[in-house]
Amino acid sequence: MKYWTRLQVRRVYRWRGRPVGFDRRLKTQEYSALSISVDSVPQVTVISAGQNILIEGEDEDQPYVAKVLKLMGDESGQQKKALVRWFIRASEVPLSKRKLLGRDPHPQEIFYYKGRSCDDEVDAESIIRPVQVLHLDAAAPFPESCDEDTLFVKMSWDSKTFKAVTSDQVDSGSADSAPSHLKPSLPPSPPCSPPAAAPATQGPSCRVLPTPDPAVMRKASCRETWSSRSAMSAGKAGRMEAESLHSASKLSASKCLSAKWTTAARTPGIRKKLNMSSPQKLSVDQDVLDRLLNEELESEGTLAQRLSASPPRAPPPHAPPSRLTPLKTAHSAAIALKPLSVIVNRRTSSDVDSPPSPTRTRPVQTLQEKEPLLSDLPELDGENSPSLPSGAGPRTSKRMSARLVSSRIRKQLNLLENHLDSDSDRDDQDQFVPLRTELQSSSEEDSGDEEDEEAGPPKRRRRGQGGGGPRTPRSRGQTVARTPRKTPNRKATPSTPRTPHRATPSIPCRSLPARRPANILEEARIRLHVSAVPESLPCREAEFQDIYNFVESKIIDGTGGCMYISGVPGTGKTATVHEVMRCLQHAADVDEIPPFTFVEINGMKMTDPHQSYVQILQKLTGQKATPDHAAALLDKKFSSPTPRRETTVLLVDELDLLWTRKQNVMYNLFDWPTRRQARLVVLTIANTMDLPERIMINRVASRLGLTRMSFQPYTFKQLQQIITSRLDKLKALDQDALQLVSRKVAALSGDARRCLDICRRATEICEHAAADPSAPGLVGMSHVMEALNEMFSSAYTTAIRSASVQEQLFLRAVIAEFRRLGLEEATFQQVFVQHQALCRVEGLQPVSVSEGLSVCQRLGACRLLLLEPSRLGILQRVRLNVSQDDVLYALKAD
Amino acid sequence: MSKRKVKDAHLPVGECITQLQKILRERLCNQQLPEKPEGVGAQHKHLLELLRRTAVHGESNSVLIVGPRGAGKTMLLKSVLRELLEEKEVQKNLLQVQLNGLLQTDDRIALKEITRQLHLENVVGDKVFGSFAENLAFLLEALKKGDRSSSRPVLFVLDEFDLFAHHKNQTLLYNLFDVSQSAQAPIAVVGLTCRLDVLELLEKRYIERVQTQLSLPQDFPDEKFAKDWNESVKALCEDKSVEEVLLRHFNCSRDFRSLHMFLMLCLSRVTVAKPVVKAADVLEAGRLCFADAKADMLHGLSILELCLIIAMKHLNDVYEGEPFNLQMVHNEFKKFLQRKSNSMYNFEQPVVLKAFEHLQQLELIRPVDGSSAKTQREYQLMRLMLDNSQIMEALQKYPQCPTDVKQWAMSAFG
Repeated sequence: MKYWTRLQVRRVYRWRGRPVGFDRRLKTQEYSALSISVDSVPQVTVISAGQNILIEGEDEDQPYVAKVLKLMGDESGQQKKALVRWFIRASEVPLSKRKLLGRDPHPQEIFYYKGRSCDDEVDAESIIRPVQVLHLDAAAPFPESCDEDTLFVKMSWDSKTFKAVTSDQVDSGSADSAPSHLKPSLPPSPPCSPPAAAPATQGPSCRVLPTPDPAVMRKASCRETWSSRSAMSAGKAGRMEAESLHSASKLSASKCLSAKWTTAARTPGIRKKLNMSSPQKLSVDQDVLDRLLNEELESEGTLAQRLSASPPRAPPPHAPPSRLTPLKTAHSAAIALKPLSVIVNRRTSSDVDSPPSPTRTRPVQTLQEKEPLLSDLPELDGENSPSLPSGAGPRTSKRMSARLVSSRIRKQLNLLENHLDSDSDRDDQDQFVPLRTELQSSSEEDSGDEEDEEAGPPKRRRRGQGGGGPRTPRSRGQTVARTPRKTPNRKATPSTPRTPHRATPSIPCRSLPARRPANILEEARIRLHVSAVPESLPCREAEFQDIYNFVESKIIDGTGGCMYISGVPGTGKTATVHEVMRCLQHAADVDEIPPFTFVEINGMKMTDPHQSYVQILQKLTGQKATPDHAAALLDKKFSSPTPRRETTVLLVDELDLLWTRKQNVMYNLFDWPTRRQARLVVLTIANTMDLPERIMINRVASRLGLTRMSFQPYTFKQLQQIITSRLDKLKALDQDALQLVSRKVAALSGDARRCLDICRRATEICEHAAADPSAPGLVGMSHVMEALNEMFSSAYTTAIRSASVQEQLFLRAVIAEFRRLGLEEATFQQVFVQHQALCRVEGLQPVSVSEGLSVCQRLGACRLLLLEPSRLGILQRVRLNVSQDDVLYALKAD
Repeated sequence: MSKRKVKDAHLPVGECITQLQKILRERLCNQQLPEKPEGVGAQHKHLLELLRRTAVHGESNSVLIVGPRGAGKTMLLKSVLRELLEEKEVQKNLLQVQLNGLLQTDDRIALKEITRQLHLENVVGDKVFGSFAENLAFLLEALKKGDRSSSRPVLFVLDEFDLFAHHKNQTLLYNLFDVSQSAQAPIAVVGLTCRLDVLELLEKRYIERVQTQLSLPQDFPDEKFAKDWNESVKALCEDKSVEEVLLRHFNCSRDFRSLHMFLMLCLSRVTVAKPVVKAADVLEAGRLCFADAKADMLHGLSILELCLIIAMKHLNDVYEGEPFNLQMVHNEFKKFLQRKSNSMYNFEQPVVLKAFEHLQQLELIRPVDGSSAKTQREYQLMRLMLDNSQIMEALQKYPQCPTDVKQWAMSAFG
């Protein structure tokens, strides 16, 4: 769905009518309407206050939505402004917050925006055209089919939470400011069309599921919308995977049974499934339905069927709003109607057969979701059991009648309901099995079916697998995929098996909980681990304050900037920046500063510098793109003027690894903040202080600017303070020992990580040394000394001491030969002569040349010696990889 | 029944020998881990403690095991893991990822292997699809999601650790260590390497014990035979000459593998007729082990080739290791012939050339600067790959070596 934008056609904006008001202070004139005409087309679109409009945005396919409150122009008529009330699209909600919604947003769903960070004055010339916005009740389903221009509001978004919104609220914006005498010149949809009425005329009400648990239903419903989409993309792989997990939990029992089933026995099961999902067979279900709902329903049913033939368009604009209230309440009152929304959605998504919606949202995958679905499988079998109403009725409203019978049904289903409300996993076995033995077979069919599917049409399936499917939609996806109407969609998906990109990355959970620390030393060890996040960062207060002020001022001003932070490893650069971000996030949460987005990338955590674009884009918008495309999108995003944008704070760790020959990655990263509209703050971290001068070309270094900060290595006092603050009055380390460690480390590198590691090792040594493991003493001087020795002792000395006699002799021979030659290099042959002589001096039997060579090779493998390739034999040249003094020292100490 | 019992008590000697050789070979060829590694008690305890903390407490750790080849690094790790996995709590929780620097030659392959071994969700069947960047992002995301108390600890074993350090940017290593240093899924990284210059050292030494390697386990079928065998091994170890050989071997290398090879040689000499290892066997095995490969090769040369070698040796002595060509060698050889005025070794030039080429094929001599096709073969500069001592030793043992050739080799001047 493409909207016209200025790029394609030139639109001409003119005020319509005389100004209706004049603001003396701002010197603006208020107009009642604005007309938009396109050059070539004679038709004129008129925008007036109170109307909902589309405004040009970053994404051509997803223009902003807003409601016009006021239209203003300056006296000269040059500038045209509009005061608007924003709606926000689901795709504009930050990725991390989207899950707060708890379901998948409808592709045409928008949210009433209550945040404050957006400028509500826009250039009137960015208005594209009017749009219909319908308010829906929070519990009401989305209308099944509608034109692309209709958008739905259910909830409001205030940058933190989603809240249900009433139609009054949505309206309120216009109520105060929109002049009452104005009639919209285009027939816009009234901001509040009868919300409940729309779905009421569309939904098939007869198929009432006995599961009123709203949570389950919501999940099921979002699963439904998803599943039809995934039916074309879900791959075999995804299914196989899903099966494994699936079978582990629920189907394990039925699977055993299904093994016994013959293929002949399976066939009816498949047919039954088809019954359920294919629309042609609806009449069969209708019978069941009728039996259930008695005659009174029957008449209504046929009526409703007739009604459904007309497309569920937006209802007439003059619908009396008073009708809404009773219907709404009726809707929420009827518990039995809630499942209805499931069916509506199912029909919607499978019937509408429209191109996959642009916002492909991720389905929540839990095992639980499956349960309500399984529970409707048995319903097919339960034709003669009145307690299991099944089948999809006509797609029309039987809301009232349904409500009438709902109490009766509820009575009948009383038992089931209780079960289903509790654990849905157990109940479909518990509750149905006693009812009918066939039930087992139905769940068996389910699993047998799946096997069938996999074995059956593998070719088709392979074509159909796109991004691979998540696990849950499998069984439903199958049934949908079997209906003939899905077939054309199959070719829309790529054909190669790829990583299922909806797979959730996670490490399996441990089956047994981690043990708690048992004694004081274990506790100390946990606190001393580098990964432990301290409450505060001691000794970095000044740096913290500098960075905080820098970022905070940029956020408040809505500008952008760069900062370069350098320092040797382990001086707390990344930790400080993270701390700053935590504090700022907190400040944003309590509304001290405008909200902002924080994105972090690390040069080490990507395979190629250009991947940084991909990562930034994905973290900002959740889109996936190739590096080139992502760069283009980001560039567009940061350079196009947009009325509402939160400041983005970008942390680039290990900046030096983003170096490319043309340095375009760095160039872009530092260039974006300088754009006027970007509102981007870039914090970069690297080790070397002079990185900008050393590796950056001038135009990159100049854009980085001069805001630099350098983290000095910790002094011994600071290290001491860090450890003390980490231990936090935990009496585990002796004071003197602590001082020794910090002095040693400060003298060497000032690396806090190293310091913590040594302390941790010392606690281990202490624990081992303690006679009584339950009550180890304080970590003392000796333990720390041992840990220090382990850390700082030269590996070479140890290795030389533990080498064999001949190897030691060979090293001595090497040194002797070096002294003789006055060079630091000799051939093996020369060294070997010395070796033989030394053997005789030591009273050992001289070794043969082959053995001498193997001795030499072993030393080379340890890198005590540096050797030429061994095919040179005795001609290979030998060099020492350690200083001669070290070798002599190690040999002497023997 | 009774028949079987009898059979159990007195197995035929041949069968005993077969059994014995089978058991000992298994042990020597590293197919079976020893019950307890010898001489690395402290390291064993340390490593076990470290890994247990990861598995039980969810503490991230990283260890580098450094030691010369054949020192028992892998064996140490294996035995620690075996002991660790006997604990139920550990067995249920610990995930293992084994990588080898020789197999996973770059990060791309290594990542796929990690994902496969962890059975992450982007594994399709037994394969991992997607680009390198995708896989990396996926793995990092997975590890990031975990936290110390809830997710299962992962043990990464990186064999030939030094090779991982050669990967581009060391992306994999950085990320593994970064995860182990931050509050993400608990992981333990164990690196095995023989290169001392990698990073730090988790010291690794060992003391050699010979007896334990050759003693028999308790459940050997024929007790009497087992007893005899163990007795004889003990006696063998007390033998002076055997001790000397073993000591010499020990002096030369402290490598378990070469010792195993050595003992294998002894073992294979045990037959029905000679059911115990004798001192002579050990000596013979020692002789085989210590023999010089190049000197042995000289025994198979013809007299002409030997003469050429001797001529080269003289040239080396005269010109102090400067390279030579065929013409120089032939001239030297002719001088020797003239002195002797003996036509016995008077060979044509092509024959000498052929012999020279044969020597080159045996890699007893090698061209100085590759095989440059420009120069004529007679004038290509060569170097001798043999030491004087090797030549003299070979001459001593050469069957029916002419005395004048021997004398020529011994003489100090050409």
